[in-house]
Amino acid sequence: MSFWEYLGNRHQQLLTDAYQHASVVFQCMVVATVIGVLIGVVTYRSGWGVKLATMATSTLLTIPSLAMIGLLVPAVGLGVPPTVIALTLYGLLPVVRNAIVGLRGVDPSLVDAARGIGMSRVMRLVRVELPLAWPPVLTGIRVSTQMLMGIAAIAAYASGPGLGNEIFRGIASLGSRNALNQVLAGTLGIIVLALLFDGAYVLIGRLTIPRGIRA
Amino acid sequence: MPERSGASGASIELENLAKRYPGTPRPAVDNVTMEIKAGELVVLVGPSGCGKSTTLKMINRLIEPTGGRIRINGEDVTGIDPVTLRRKVGYAIQSAGLFPHMTVAQNIALVPKMIGWGKGRIKDRVEELLDLVGLDPGEFHGRYPRGLSGGQQRRVGLARALAADPPVLLMDEPFGAVDPITRDHLQDELIRLQHELHKTIVFVTQDVDEAIKLGDRIAVLRERSPIAQFDTPEAILTNPADDYVSGFVGAGAALKRLNLTRVRDVKITDCPTVTVDDPVQEIFNKLRGSGTNEILLLDRHGRPYKWLRRGDMMRAKGSPARAGTLVSDTLSRDATLRDALEAVLTDTAGRVAVTGRRGEYTGVVDMETLMSSVQDLLEADRLEVMEHQHAPEEIRAAQTHAEQEGA
Repeated sequence: MSFWEYLGNRHQQLLTDAYQHASVVFQCMVVATVIGVLIGVVTYRSGWGVKLATMATSTLLTIPSLAMIGLLVPAVGLGVPPTVIALTLYGLLPVVRNAIVGLRGVDPSLVDAARGIGMSRVMRLVRVELPLAWPPVLTGIRVSTQMLMGIAAIAAYASGPGLGNEIFRGIASLGSRNALNQVLAGTLGIIVLALLFDGAYVLIGRLTIPRGIRA
Repeated sequence: MPERSGASGASIELENLAKRYPGTPRPAVDNVTMEIKAGELVVLVGPSGCGKSTTLKMINRLIEPTGGRIRINGEDVTGIDPVTLRRKVGYAIQSAGLFPHMTVAQNIALVPKMIGWGKGRIKDRVEELLDLVGLDPGEFHGRYPRGLSGGQQRRVGLARALAADPPVLLMDEPFGAVDPITRDHLQDELIRLQHELHKTIVFVTQDVDEAIKLGDRIAVLRERSPIAQFDTPEAILTNPADDYVSGFVGAGAALKRLNLTRVRDVKITDCPTVTVDDPVQEIFNKLRGSGTNEILLLDRHGRPYKWLRRGDMMRAKGSPARAGTLVSDTLSRDATLRDALEAVLTDTAGRVAVTGRRGEYTGVVDMETLMSSVQDLLEADRLEVMEHQHAPEEIRAAQTHAEQEGA
């Protein structure tokens, strides 16, 4: 069976896997963004807070993904939970780091001006600091997403959702007729998804970054 | 501070205001006491690091004072919520501080929005303010700050500070870091605005000339903000309190004084004039009869046209059209005495015609008139200072000073 025939036969399964892959990455990314930006907001004004946050998140990233999922399975069981937890944790670092860089990069004279015209702390954050930090945060989200696309494939190891299942099936039946096709389909699917997401981010950037600070 | 529409200034009193940062041996600002009248433009001037900015920022409590009181219009604001306070006090800073992600209109609308104005009112106010600071509302409304020149950004910054019509305006080196010509324009604009609005403005600068040009009164600050002298620009120039002030004001105080007086305020002399329509014979008669060497020929609208000397008419064979030298430079009545001096010095004959609003001739200044008016001015300044000084020994000192000068 050629690769194209394989795709034709299995497109139903592949599309479901792809959809689930995209969906889990997207949802984890949303959670990671919220948590990451929150961590950034809480820590960016203190020197040691910044160090702690960056160190903690980059330490997480050094744990091999297979090991991380392996460690999570005994604690939360198989399937979706370990996948979501692992992906969210991995997704944090770029978001946290860029949020901190972005927030610290806001011109202090603008913060001074914001205080001077009578903006409260929350208002300053919401109306001035976060909008100005948004472009780097968005870049962080983009990097995170690319990373998560690959890591999500590992989730199949814990019976998680996504295109990883395709790859793992292929690896498990190496030598059989469809082994290569399966691995190839899974891998290419992930690449296509990654490209689609990247395109979406460019669009989101266009829509959400105000014209005044667009590069 | 009651909210009024078109609120003009409120008085500000600073009483023993002090700021000490923890862990530093000496306070950054020590015991500043100052009374600023409603509608007054007071300039704080001093070397960098003297605490003038700190003092300013304590007025809207961007920096919390560690001691002393601040009263605005009699109300003690040292204890009230700083956010509420700041919405009633306009604030303009050096780099303009416009938010780059908001349009010009959004920037200006910030404070009115915060204090809950309606949409329509905000929209009208933004247009009005843009107009007020000399920017075309239609053109600038939707632009982003990065598309504006430095001067335009400062104007928008000023508009934003004025947006909710606060009685008090704090300006922290608002015209710093712009080129001298733009700076000059902005200063003129501020003077014009202040004539219309009568806000109480506290203005911080390092530039003595700016202080002299803008201030109703100037506070010269020393290190850690004790006030070395707090007085009118005239008094500071002609009668500096001590060596520190005179050193800071710098050499050429008399020259700087010239910037404070306009040609309209001094006596100008007259010179015989004729118009181009007068018969030649009359021109001859005037020339001969005047006792001066030259007369001024005016055009049909009464504007200075040519200087005619005795010999000129002879050489031109009696035709005024060909005789004399064209008037190259005139002074308006709004020109400062410094401009006048400049013009007189560069004029080959040492005299310049003064013109009214439509360019019509009103008189002449020359070196002699300038000298005598400057002397009168300085003398008047000294007398005024003496009247205000109560300590007898100071009066005596000033008198001897005046006598020596007069001798």
